[in-house]
Amino acid sequence: MRFVFEPGFFSNAPVRGALTLGAIVAVVSAVVGTFTVLRSQSFAGHALTDVATAGGAAATYYGVSVLAGFISASVIGAGSIEAIGADRVRRRDIATGIVLGAATGLSALFLWLDSSSTTTGASQQILFGSIFSVSSSTVADAAVLSAAILLVVAVLWRPILLSAVSPEIAAARGIRTRLVGLLFTLALAITVGVTSIAIGSILSTALLIGPAAASLRVTRTVVRAMALACVLGVAATWLGILFAYDSPYWDSSGSPLPVSFFIVVIVFFLYLVTGLPVFRHRLARRASTAPSGPGPGLVVPPPAVATR
Amino acid sequence: MVNAWEVATIVAIVAGVVGFFVVLRGSAFPAHAIPNGAFAGAAGANLIGINPLVGLGVFSLLAALGISALGRRGRPDVATALALVMMLALGDAFLSQTREFEPQLLALLFGDLFGVATLEILPVAVLGIVCVLAVAVLYRPLMLTSLVPEVAQARGIRPQMVDTAFLVVVACATTMTVPVVGALLIFALMIGPPAAARCCTSRPGAALGASVVLALIVVWASIACAYSSNWPVGFFVGTYSAALYAIARLSEVRTRAWPRRLVLR
Repeated sequence: MRFVFEPGFFSNAPVRGALTLGAIVAVVSAVVGTFTVLRSQSFAGHALTDVATAGGAAATYYGVSVLAGFISASVIGAGSIEAIGADRVRRRDIATGIVLGAATGLSALFLWLDSSSTTTGASQQILFGSIFSVSSSTVADAAVLSAAILLVVAVLWRPILLSAVSPEIAAARGIRTRLVGLLFTLALAITVGVTSIAIGSILSTALLIGPAAASLRVTRTVVRAMALACVLGVAATWLGILFAYDSPYWDSSGSPLPVSFFIVVIVFFLYLVTGLPVFRHRLARRASTAPSGPGPGLVVPPPAVATR
Repeated sequence: MVNAWEVATIVAIVAGVVGFFVVLRGSAFPAHAIPNGAFAGAAGANLIGINPLVGLGVFSLLAALGISALGRRGRPDVATALALVMMLALGDAFLSQTREFEPQLLALLFGDLFGVATLEILPVAVLGIVCVLAVAVLYRPLMLTSLVPEVAQARGIRPQMVDTAFLVVVACATTMTVPVVGALLIFALMIGPPAAARCCTSRPGAALGASVVLALIVVWASIACAYSSNWPVGFFVGTYSAALYAIARLSEVRTRAWPRRLVLR
């Protein structure tokens, strides 16, 4: 035990806070992330973190709540992406790019204003975050907002799923796909805002996309993929926190490595491992023996189909 | 100041040319990911004490090859996102090992156009010429695979090869431009002006020319404003690019009834 958990791991208050927040964030990211991957919105999911950064920098400059800055900026960003054009995939790409470019311009301005006023080290904090330094009120805010997001996703479950997997069937059943897309992108924006404030924008993208993409490669239904993504996300987060806590003890220099580094490495490793031929063959064999799948809209396109 | 004008002009021409194909191919995400990955390389080079340009070059190449290799086996956007976060996490780890990097961090992310020394212009110009030449060589395969994939396939062009080659060109453009305009803003310049140009004209050659001209206008106006207001140049590049696209889209909507433009869309 002594070699796995360095002294004080369980009795340390920041570590307990980090474990709690990490689990909350990993679960909500996994749920929203599964739909994000299915809808091919990884770019928007990442771009919104940079948009949120602009809001965080502006909030720091004007001295208002950083969480409010993160969330309002990413909601405005999501709205503009949808307004410019989400009807065609290629135009969505450009729309996301334009919003991202404008937002980075704004963050350049506000980070510059921040660094020329009194706050030092604010830019690195906003960009990379630190899971060990979150306050307990942030944990509470994150929990409430995450619960709200999960509720919205649960209520909109079938429309989101159907319009993600087959927009034509969704439209034929009278689902307003533009509206569902807008609502989902707003939920994505709030998720990204919450997770960025808690753990920094790098980790937010990693937890959103990584576990979901890895589990979609090895499961056949959305529910199972989502459950597996939650497990993988929480496991990656907790392992990353453990490694980061232990890392100063590894060599004589004693300088810690960031949590985000370990979590991203674990997530990336999971994605590579689930792409191994072993899993693809098992999946293909099960697909050929399974009875004709569940109802329309519930079948995940298998990885071979999902490639371009 | 003169150095800034010269370097910015080179950067704008390259961004206009490369960005035109970024927009045409819908590769905005890789074009965002490669400069950000390159930033991690600069942090690593700073850590072990070598020229940041080497770190930028190595990491942007790694990012380009990684994205194209991972993208073959799965969803391309997921592959890009994961390659990007992996690079950023490495950058974070490098940064955590040094203490006095904060001012340079901001310069790398947002550019330091007015700090360009005369000696730095030559490598930028050389890399810029290499990029434009590479695009000239790849011009027909790039056009064919982007616009009429079936014809490209019939002619024996392999789309994966063209894709990888194009990402390497983006990496090359990134290496030369990040120290000057910053990792985040080369992206704005590669998307805004070309997307606006595509709204104005449907002929590929004219759109390419318009994209370069618009990129030059954005950069020159940004430098002038940044010089007189003392605000970071990146702010102006980002907002002017977006504003340009907004104007182009609005004018496109107004003239949509015009029946002559059908080729590019």
